[in-house]
Amino acid sequence: MRRRTRALVMVAAVGLLVPLAACAAESGPPLLTWYINPDDGGQAEIAKRCTDDAGGEYRIEVSVLPRDAASQREQLARRLAAKDSSIDLMSLDPPFIPELAEPGFLAPIPDDVAERVSQDVVQGALDGATWGDKLVTVPFWANTQLLWYRKSVAQAAGLDPATAPVTWQQIMEASASQDKYLSVQGTKAESLTVWINALVESAGGQILENPEAPADELQLGLDSDAGRAAAEIIGTIGRDNLAGPALPTEDENASMTIFQGDRGSFMVNWPFVWPATKAGVEDGAIEQSVLDDIGWALYPQVDEAQESRPPYGGINLGVGAYSRYVDQAFAAAECIVQPENQTFYFVENGNPPSNTTSYDAPEVLEAFPMADVIRQSLEQAAPRPQTPYYNEVSSGLQETWHPPSSVSPEVTPQESTAFITAVLHGDQLL
Amino acid sequence: MTTQAAPPATPEARDVKARRIKALQSDRARAENRLGWYLAGPAFVVMLAVTLYPILQATYDSLFRYRLTAPDDKAFIGLANYGVVLTDAVWWQAFGVTVLITVITVAVELVLGFALALVMHRAIKSLRGLLRTAILVPYGIITVVSAFAWFYAFDINSGYVNTWFDWVPGISEDLNWFAQFGTAIFVIIASEIWKTTPFISLLLLAGLAQVPSELDEAAEVDGATWAQRLKRVTLPNMKAAIMVAVLFRALDAFRIFDNVFIMTNGSAGTTVLSLLAYRTSIGRLEIGLGSAISVLLFLAVIGICIGAIKLFKVDLAGARGES
Repeated sequence: MRRRTRALVMVAAVGLLVPLAACAAESGPPLLTWYINPDDGGQAEIAKRCTDDAGGEYRIEVSVLPRDAASQREQLARRLAAKDSSIDLMSLDPPFIPELAEPGFLAPIPDDVAERVSQDVVQGALDGATWGDKLVTVPFWANTQLLWYRKSVAQAAGLDPATAPVTWQQIMEASASQDKYLSVQGTKAESLTVWINALVESAGGQILENPEAPADELQLGLDSDAGRAAAEIIGTIGRDNLAGPALPTEDENASMTIFQGDRGSFMVNWPFVWPATKAGVEDGAIEQSVLDDIGWALYPQVDEAQESRPPYGGINLGVGAYSRYVDQAFAAAECIVQPENQTFYFVENGNPPSNTTSYDAPEVLEAFPMADVIRQSLEQAAPRPQTPYYNEVSSGLQETWHPPSSVSPEVTPQESTAFITAVLHGDQLL
Repeated sequence: MTTQAAPPATPEARDVKARRIKALQSDRARAENRLGWYLAGPAFVVMLAVTLYPILQATYDSLFRYRLTAPDDKAFIGLANYGVVLTDAVWWQAFGVTVLITVITVAVELVLGFALALVMHRAIKSLRGLLRTAILVPYGIITVVSAFAWFYAFDINSGYVNTWFDWVPGISEDLNWFAQFGTAIFVIIASEIWKTTPFISLLLLAGLAQVPSELDEAAEVDGATWAQRLKRVTLPNMKAAIMVAVLFRALDAFRIFDNVFIMTNGSAGTTVLSLLAYRTSIGRLEIGLGSAISVLLFLAVIGICIGAIKLFKVDLAGARGES
């Protein structure tokens, strides 16, 4: 019996002392936790570099969030609503920023910091980092979609996207004439909203007329010529089987696989496809001739008289309002977004910089021959509607514009307007 | 199993004897009861903390208009959330899909599970261990993992099903299983059946083991055929085990989430109730509306329980061989 008591005391003592020892190890510079979206290790490396540069002012430790943007948002929103003080820095997908900024989950950016981190930043990224006329996050990297095409297919169809912008109508006809598949994202996910938004914006419209209004006053702009033009394109691609049978479940990766295959023709997709295809060639999974056959151009136009508005994505840095080290976190954010770190991130992980000066580095042009097109695309890009109710709008669109073959210009824009409005008013489930 | 006692001479004598047995048993029963509480007590307290508290909290939250990212707009609205849910076609569609999945999976699993249980029961001793392990493998796999495995097998880009089975009419290179309701629900149901049939067959195996072999042998000697013995001897004697298996599986199937979440995430009309609750409270952060859905889902599960116990007279104690 006595032996057992002693064992119990030992266990209790160890249980008490081990956490204390861990606390003792915590002393030193404040430890900032940076919640990052999964990548190829670039953010962890930048965290290390900034910790080294800080000279003992702070240390940064990364913590990885779930894979897709929607789950990242879910986790961060729930933690912030519970006033989690362990969130110092976070990598945020721009559409979800208003939702976190509106209830005050993001620490306000001091004016001097805001001024420094806005310099030389592309317009699309600044728009995405702003809510209520104030910069609420620090622009980090900015993403946009390009039109990728197989030169052989385009040539056979008599199209040259490199010299003059092409329209959706042209690429649809060209790929059909060559019996190939278009690669677009028709799966019921965020990528479908990205596509719809780019089409509506390119046609000169907007999904939301007044994105900053409260939920019951939001006005949708889908029931318009622009909305109908977008529905016409998506519906035709779906009904005429222009994208193949995979379309209703096709995401960005599936698009890339189809594009690299025998029936690839034209694809709208993020720049990650370039390093991914190059890696495929190095592994021997893809022929070098496929890589040589790939061309790129600006996102296709809806209307030949109007410049396209390509999708805008990327990641901005937010500082948690409940963090114990807000000042250090802003210092760390400024370090993370330095142009040389953005250049490093672009070259290593394929994520384009939001800072225009980063595009001038020689290693960028070597790794991404299309860097100039990306920069131009970012200047033209249109963000998705910036509203605290973005999730309702996006899910509502996915509910009514899926599968693509069911989309028609006469019905879908009207139907989705009514549906999303009812959901926003709390009259209907999603 | 009932104890067979010699028939007592008179009704009075039988009464006295019965009372004596009852008194004797109740001493023992009391001690057993006490031991039961000692053993199950801690688990019971933990269960109260992790299930009762969230249920009460969800019931309370369901009476509010409450969005996690707009905490200042929280307002009491009574049963309005339930009104929104119950008058919405989305809820009834999800309800229908959930019932469909429950009915089909339970029915198919019952037949398959019984066959597997018979095989395990009859297998010669040297094979028995191997057989049970083999049959249990799917059940040992985490549901999310098995859902991914099935998803990638049937996926139009990475899957092998289309190329292996293109000789089957209706299956071709161009079949996108997850693009329309019929094929998507087929894969979801098939994966669910593959995954949980072992569970039902284990419960049925326990029931089979309880059927006294003398009865079977006696029937055989009397010239009963295999089918007659199955119908008249085996099945009636394991009714309790069958009903428990059906009830447990039905409750499980009704709460299906992982397979649908991974494979279609509710597209092509495959949204089930758990997914709807998840999407509302976790995805949209609408705590009030989501809680109302969760409470309704809970009530549906309770309804299945009561229905099974009252209607089909499931005797949970019977499965332990106490009746």
